[in-house]
Amino acid sequence: MASQATHTLPPLPYAYDVSYTPAPDRQTALIVDTNNPQALEPVISKQIMELHHQKHHQTYINNLNAALSAQSSATQSNNVPSLIALQQKIRFNGGGHINHSLFWKNLTPPGTPGTDIGGAPALREAILARWGSHEQFIKAFNAELLGIQGSGWGWLVSKGGAKGRLDIVTTKDQDPVNAPDVPVFGVDMWEHAYYLQYLSNKAGYVEGIWKIINWAEAEKRYTAGVENPLKL
Amino acid sequence: MAALLSNSARVALRSGASATSKAGAAGLTFARGKATLPDLSYDYGALEPSISGKIMEIHHKNHHNTYVTNYNNSIEQLQEAQAQGNIAAQIALKPAINFNGGGHLNHTLFWENLAPKSAGGGEPPSGNLSKAIDSTYGSFNEFQSKMNAALASIQGSGWAWLVKDKQTGQIGIRTYANQDPVVGQFEPLLGIDAWEHAYYLQYQNRKVEYFSAIWDVINWKAVEKRFA
Repeated sequence: MASQATHTLPPLPYAYDVSYTPAPDRQTALIVDTNNPQALEPVISKQIMELHHQKHHQTYINNLNAALSAQSSATQSNNVPSLIALQQKIRFNGGGHINHSLFWKNLTPPGTPGTDIGGAPALREAILARWGSHEQFIKAFNAELLGIQGSGWGWLVSKGGAKGRLDIVTTKDQDPVNAPDVPVFGVDMWEHAYYLQYLSNKAGYVEGIWKIINWAEAEKRYTAGVENPLKL
Repeated sequence: MAALLSNSARVALRSGASATSKAGAAGLTFARGKATLPDLSYDYGALEPSISGKIMEIHHKNHHNTYVTNYNNSIEQLQEAQAQGNIAAQIALKPAINFNGGGHLNHTLFWENLAPKSAGGGEPPSGNLSKAIDSTYGSFNEFQSKMNAALASIQGSGWAWLVKDKQTGQIGIRTYANQDPVVGQFEPLLGIDAWEHAYYLQYQNRKVEYFSAIWDVINWKAVEKRFA
């Protein structure tokens, strides 16, 4: 029996809420500086972040691990129908794991240095070259996000690899951005990402998200690519 | 192609209208040629504890109403494109009509196939429909667990429906992505909304609890009328 790598929930690079106190039994959130905890509030509430990270993301990981384990058994028994049947489960749950792992990292608490697009000179230049102005880019990106019919994600991608042509794409459900395209940053447009706070006002969520985009991380991905989103 | 597109939009409306008029409830309503948000035949809070009043209110007043508004806008644009003989514009409108028209049809059917307990919600099906369920699934319980499994298997937003196959008369369970409506070969009998906005304020990620609780407020009398 080949050893099966098990995926685990990655820690958040910030706290769920600004008054977060880590308890010994809560290992899921990593706080760099517990004296100065920072969170995505008020743009994304504590309750959303806890559920989104500990429940939704964790469920994708659990289901991915189960599907990979079943795939391993099916491979050993050469059960091709079973292998084919597992493909969609791996795509959905593996995609969910990849997308959320990328998402947590491409967000940063409001007011932190990462929110300054000045820290992303190469990316900013490419955005201006492609859309003419930052405002035009935001407008185009927001329109794509609000045009999604159902669950999905909006992405800024670098086509064909690092420092490629920039494009705004949407992926449905948990479909990931496929290599060689690089996901520079992504915005989760599933209702679970905003509903408890914004209800049916998804435009309010979309407007707020720009206050917490991590441009430093985006610059890194744009210039150097993303080798494996699960090993960021 | 122009005729095809406008026909498919009309056919979708007609099939929805006939299905709902058979159910004898509000159905699809129009004012000056525009689709309008139908009234509910019960209060927002009447489906509690299965579905909270707050969910019902936002779901009806905001979500459903947005589908109605966007559907009417799409149809207006379609009519302009038809008047101009602009085929490309008519084709480009098809996804918006499917999504928003589907959202309007689906929700209209959904409100009607729900009822408070005091109005018979949750009382199991009887008559021919009950027989069809038993002969297809073995038992009502077995049908419910198959329907719940279908709901839980939806990857993203969508609906699960008990449908009737127009070709064979057989009933079956089918899932539809996003707001894709039940049209064509199949007729909608009972729909359950599996979008997160249908349950999230009350159940959050515990969607299986919502799928289990909703059976207490299913209006099987309305479903039976659609089946007849």
